[in-house]
Amino acid sequence: MRDGFAEGLVQAGEEDENLIVVCADLVKSIKIDKFAEIFPDRVIDLGVAEQNLVTVSSGIASCGKNVFAASYAIFSPGRNWEQIRTTICINNQPVKIVGSHAGITTGPDGATHQALEDIALMRVLPNMIVLSPCDYLETKKATIAMAKLNKPCYIRFPRSEVPIITTLDSPFEIGKAQVLKEGNDVSIIATGEMVHFAQLAASELETSNISARVINVSTIKPLDTKVIQQAAEDTGAIVTVEDHQIVGGLGSAIAEYLSENFPVPIKMVGIKDKFGESGAPEELMQKYGLTKEEIIKAVTTVLRMSAKG
Amino acid sequence: MTNFSAQRIFELKKIANKIRQNIISMIFEAGSGHPAGSLGMADIFTALYFEILKHDPKNPDDPDRDRLILSNGHICPVQYASLAHAGYFPVEDLQTLRKFGSGLQGHPHRGFLPGIETTSGPLGCGLSEACGMAWVGKNDNKDWKVYCLMSDAEGQEGNTWEAVMFANKYKLNNLIAVIDRNNIQTDGTVEDVMPLNSLKKKYQAFGWAVAEIDGHNFEEILGAFEEAKDLAVAGPSLIIANTIPGKGVSFMENKFEWHSHKISKEEMEKALTELREEILHG
Ligand SMILES: Cc1ncc(C[n+]2csc(CCOP(=O)(O)OP(=O)(O)O)c2C)c(N)n1
Ligand SMILES: [Mg+2]
Repeated sequence: MRDGFAEGLVQAGEEDENLIVVCADLVKSIKIDKFAEIFPDRVIDLGVAEQNLVTVSSGIASCGKNVFAASYAIFSPGRNWEQIRTTICINNQPVKIVGSHAGITTGPDGATHQALEDIALMRVLPNMIVLSPCDYLETKKATIAMAKLNKPCYIRFPRSEVPIITTLDSPFEIGKAQVLKEGNDVSIIATGEMVHFAQLAASELETSNISARVINVSTIKPLDTKVIQQAAEDTGAIVTVEDHQIVGGLGSAIAEYLSENFPVPIKMVGIKDKFGESGAPEELMQKYGLTKEEIIKAVTTVLRMSAKG
Repeated sequence: MTNFSAQRIFELKKIANKIRQNIISMIFEAGSGHPAGSLGMADIFTALYFEILKHDPKNPDDPDRDRLILSNGHICPVQYASLAHAGYFPVEDLQTLRKFGSGLQGHPHRGFLPGIETTSGPLGCGLSEACGMAWVGKNDNKDWKVYCLMSDAEGQEGNTWEAVMFANKYKLNNLIAVIDRNNIQTDGTVEDVMPLNSLKKKYQAFGWAVAEIDGHNFEEILGAFEEAKDLAVAGPSLIIANTIPGKGVSFMENKFEWHSHKISKEEMEKALTELREEILHG
């Protein structure tokens, strides 16, 4: 997915000579090196200084530049949340914040480096748009789309390799969720690399005659409430899936909307109020319940709750 | 020395005095606010808005304007009063400070009032924002300059020093920072709470050109700005302005308790009397 970001950034940089990238000593790690090679004058490396990263970016944006501010999600928005709130969101400066290495799949680096709270942190801020693409292709499209957006925006993606599940022709639009598979019994609504696991779970459920709709929410804010409400109305039961704390993440966003507009039973698959630890991404996903099996279990439970199962 | 006549300097003193009177009545009316820092910076703000800045109150978004970033947003009464006297909005509006529906928010809020470049109040961010602006100005060969006003206690914020390094790396010679060295903060004197010692040596070590002045002496203030504006200076400039917190109101001067404090009716009247007399005899 970092490659998708890297390529999207280069393309966006070719299309907009006002595009500036600000980074904090992680140019290679976030794969900004390609962009830096082509546009050396449009990259600022300000060292290990994440508070400066977003505040300098706010100043640059105020002079009409299209700024991307990139670091690991745990440090930006993790360390500099209040600076983002004041100088980007209250000011309404269209800085594009890039949080790489999001989620437990950051793996061997351990709990300190696994951002499991960044969606919550960014979702609560007025004016902020929150993107969480599902694969390489979608990350590339999202990067290009956010470059054209004149609003504060946050994009998160994991470090790990993720299977490509969309195609070049798959539609992508900020603010729109995509139904990847139709189904009538239950809706599995997922974000990021967990969309792939939602698909695997849905295929397996088919064999037990459970028809699951799969929805990819690549824009967490603003939420595509039309698609979510339709899913609730059509299937009456919902499972949400994310590599993020259940508290404050995608599941919360969907529950907030549906509880006020079309209440149906919801089960949430995600990190359950815990910190991670070192391990291979697959080992950690197993231990922390980010698996196909966990999704299937959640579907069984939610169907029982909705009195359909 | 500067080219400003004694006559002009007297005019500036009168404006600063008027601004101080406004600060007192604004904070009285609001029932809360930050008098000491606001009063202490009245001379510097007067010099900026009435001599130094390239700006047009009727066209506050002019792309070629100099940018003034107030990092320590809590002293906004002095900026609001300066903006009003410079013609950005009616002086009468000053009495709406901190009131519901007013453009004069308790801390500056971009978009609420003409002439406010950025939202501030949370300390330690302004210099970074000013750096971002100066980076663009320098890269795009613009003539405009960036002035960043900071408090001394902001030197206790890590974010400030991140910006100090940035300005040096990119040799932002279009950036002029001013520190209000009044040696007070919320809990006491700065040197007691968390000593900053020599800011001059610190900034110099980070590659900045530093001038230290009496922040109430217009000749020194104007001279320092003229010098700092000179692009022959290779990098960023800092003016350390030694000021008296509460300046002009005897019972507020040098008392950290007046960092944030409401003003009673009696206190207001006493303060206004002192200020009026100062300008009669000054
Ligand atoms: C990040 C942040 N922390 C705390 C505060 C609360 N606060 C407001 S002013 C201030 C310090 C005051 O000292 P100084 O900035 O030197 O201002 P002066 O009293 O000289 O006006 C503090 C701690 C704040 N505004 N921002
Ligand atoms: Mg102070």
